[in-house]
Amino acid sequence: MSQMNMVQAINDALRLEMRRDSRVVVLGEDVGKVGGVFRVTQGLFDEFGDERVIDTPLSEGGIIGAAIGMALYGLVPVPEIQFADFIFPAYDQIVSELAKYRYRSGGEYPAKLVIRTPVGGGIRGGHYHSQSPEAQFIHVAGLKVVCPSNPADAKGLLLAAIRDPDPVMFFEPKRIYRAAKGDVPEGDYTVPLGVAKVVRPGKDVTIVTWGAMLYESLEAANQAAGQGVDVEVIDLRTLWPLDIDTVIASVKKTGRVVVVHEAPKSCGFGAEIVSLVNEKAFLHLEAPPVRVTGFDTPFPYTLENEYLPLAHRILPALLETARY
Amino acid sequence: MSSLIQPLVRPLPVNSNHAVEESSPAARHPLDAAGDDVVRVLREDGSLDPEHDPHLGEGEVVSLYRWMVRTRLLDERLTAIQRQGRIGFHIGSLGEEAAILGSAFALRPQDWLFPCYREFGAALLRGMPLQRYVDNMFGNANDPAKGRQMPDHYCSREARVTSVSSPIGTQITQAVGFGWAAKLKRDDLAVLAYFGDGATSSSEFHNGLNFAGVFKTPTILFCRNNGWAISVPTERQTASAGFAAKGVAYGIPGVRVDGNDLFAVVKVTRDAVARASRGEGSTLIEALTYRLSGHSTSDDPKAYRPEAWLEPWKRLDPVVRVRRYLDRNLGWSDARDKEIEAEIDAELRAAVLVAEKTPPPALESMFEGVFAEAPWHLVEQRDALLRGPRARQH
Repeated sequence: MSQMNMVQAINDALRLEMRRDSRVVVLGEDVGKVGGVFRVTQGLFDEFGDERVIDTPLSEGGIIGAAIGMALYGLVPVPEIQFADFIFPAYDQIVSELAKYRYRSGGEYPAKLVIRTPVGGGIRGGHYHSQSPEAQFIHVAGLKVVCPSNPADAKGLLLAAIRDPDPVMFFEPKRIYRAAKGDVPEGDYTVPLGVAKVVRPGKDVTIVTWGAMLYESLEAANQAAGQGVDVEVIDLRTLWPLDIDTVIASVKKTGRVVVVHEAPKSCGFGAEIVSLVNEKAFLHLEAPPVRVTGFDTPFPYTLENEYLPLAHRILPALLETARY
Repeated sequence: MSSLIQPLVRPLPVNSNHAVEESSPAARHPLDAAGDDVVRVLREDGSLDPEHDPHLGEGEVVSLYRWMVRTRLLDERLTAIQRQGRIGFHIGSLGEEAAILGSAFALRPQDWLFPCYREFGAALLRGMPLQRYVDNMFGNANDPAKGRQMPDHYCSREARVTSVSSPIGTQITQAVGFGWAAKLKRDDLAVLAYFGDGATSSSEFHNGLNFAGVFKTPTILFCRNNGWAISVPTERQTASAGFAAKGVAYGIPGVRVDGNDLFAVVKVTRDAVARASRGEGSTLIEALTYRLSGHSTSDDPKAYRPEAWLEPWKRLDPVVRVRRYLDRNLGWSDARDKEIEAEIDAELRAAVLVAEKTPPPALESMFEGVFAEAPWHLVEQRDALLRGPRARQH
C-alpha cells in the first residue's frame, strides 16, 4: 500500500499496464513531454518514448478517429481528451463508429478504446472546463461508462477498463484529482466493471451517486445522522452497465432514494436510475424518488458552488425524503 | 452528415428558379477544365501513353476488364432487384468502375481498404465472396453484418476490407490510424481509404490528412471526384482548383488522375503504395470521374441534372475504353463480353436464390454484439421481446 492521490493512482495504472502490454499506447493533446495538463501521464513519455506516448495535433476528432484505426489494427489505445467539455468534435467517431463497430460488423471488427477524460466542476473552469456529459454516452448503445471516486478504485477500474473487450468512457472527476487521497495497493489488481460499492451503510434513505459528489453526499449523510436520519451511500463507480442489484437491494431496504449528480437534471442519468427504481422497487417505496443535481443551465462560472449539488443542497432533500 | 435515404424527388417545373442552366459550371466537363497535371495513359484509340504505362500483363488487363464488367452488371441487376422490391436499397458505381477496381487492384495482398459505401466492386475483387455480398443486400442471417445494417454496408476481414458506415469521412481518420499503427509495429503495409468529393468538406478529411501528414502514415487517400454529393455539384464543395491541391497544405503530395482510365488509376495507386512502403508517407489521389447513376436507388437525378450532361462522360465510359484496348491488342469480341455476362448472371442468380431462402437473423441476435457479453439490461430486454407476441415469427 502507498498513499496516492487520483492523479498518481491513474498514472500508476497506465505505467503498469504499458509495461505489461506492449499494445497499449497513450495519445492526446499535451500527454507527452509535459505529462498532460493535469500531469496524469507524467513520466510516461520518458519511460515509453514518443511512439507509445504521443502528442497529437489539437483535434479531438482526429485523436479518436485515428485511435479507432489503431485499435482495428490490434493496438490498445488509451486516448486522453483534455477536458470532457472538448469531446464533442469526436462525438461522431465515438457514437457512430466506436460504439457500433463490433455490432455493425457482426463481430468481425471489435474496436476497443479507453477514452480518459477529466469531468465535472469545482475548479472554477466555467462553461467549458466543468461539464458532466456522462448521460450522453450512456444513452449510446455499445459504450461502458466509468467514473471513479478515489485513488484505489481509479487504478483498479482503469486496469479493468483497459483489459475489458468493450470501449470504455473513463471519466475522471478533476475536482478531486488531488484532493482525494488514500491507500492504493501496489502492483496489479482490478476493480471489476459494473460493481457498485456501498460506502456508508444506513437504513433510512439511499443516496446513489458517483465521482466527486460522493464526498458531498457523505458530508450530507453525516449531517443527517445528527438529525436522526441514517443514510446509506452507494458509489456506483461504473455507471454503465449499472449495478442494478446493489441499488435495488438498498432501496428495498430503505424505501427512499436520492440520486445526486453534477450534470443537469433533465434527462440526466438520475432520471434513468429513478425510472429503474420505480420499475423494480415500486411497492417498496415510502417516498417519491428525488434528484439533487446541477441545473438545466449551462455550467456557470462565478456561481458554480450554487450550481453544484453540494452537501447544503443534499441535506434538505435527505430530511424531506426521510420525513415524507 | 450522411443522407443515404432520400425521398424520391419530383422533376422540377421547367421555369423553376431552381432549374440549372446547361451552361452552369456543373455542366462543364471537369476533364476539359483540368490541366496537364491529370495523369492519363489510355488514349482514345485504345493505345497507351508510355510515360505512365503501368505495364499490366495481358492476363491482368483481361481480369480487370472482367471485374469492371461484372461490377457494372451487378449494379444493373441489383438495381432491378431493388425496383422489384426484393431488396431495400442499392448504391452503385456506374461510371466509376475504373477508379474503384483499378485502385483496389493496385494494392498488395497485405494492404487494407477502408471503404466508403460505393465500392462493392473493390471488396469483391479483394476477396469478399459474392454470396456474402448478396447476403448483405438481403440482410439475412448469413450477412456478415447480421442484418444489422442497410444493404451495401458490408465488411470482410478475409478481403481486408473494414466495415462500411454511412457517416461521411469517418473512415479517413480511421484508415490513417490503422496505417499509423502498422508503421509503429514496423509492418510493411499500405491502407487505402475511399471517399467522395463531398467528404472533402467534412472535418474528418481535414483531421485525417493532417494526422497523415504529421505522422507520415502509409495511407492512400483516394478521392473519387464523381462530380456529385447526392444533388450538390463539386463546385459547392470547394473553391479550390481541384481536390488534389488540398494535399499541399498538409504536406502530402496530391495527384490528379483520369479516373475513367484504368491504366492511369493503377499507375498512380501503385506509385502511392510504393511511396507508403518506402516510408515516405501518404498520397492524396483525386480520381476525376463521374457518377452516371443517381446517388442511390433512393435518388432521382432528373430533378437536378439534365440527361445531356451525361453525354461527354458516356463517351469516356471506363468500360468501353478498356474494351477498345482489348479490341486493339487482343482481338476481343462481343461474344466474350456475352460470356462474362452469362457467367455473372448465373453466379448472381444462384447467390440470390440462396440469399432469398436464407432466413432473417434470429430475433435474439438483435441483442448480441452490442457488447462482448450482454449486460443485464440487454438480457432483460431480449427476454421480454422473446416472450412477446411476435417471437414465433422468427
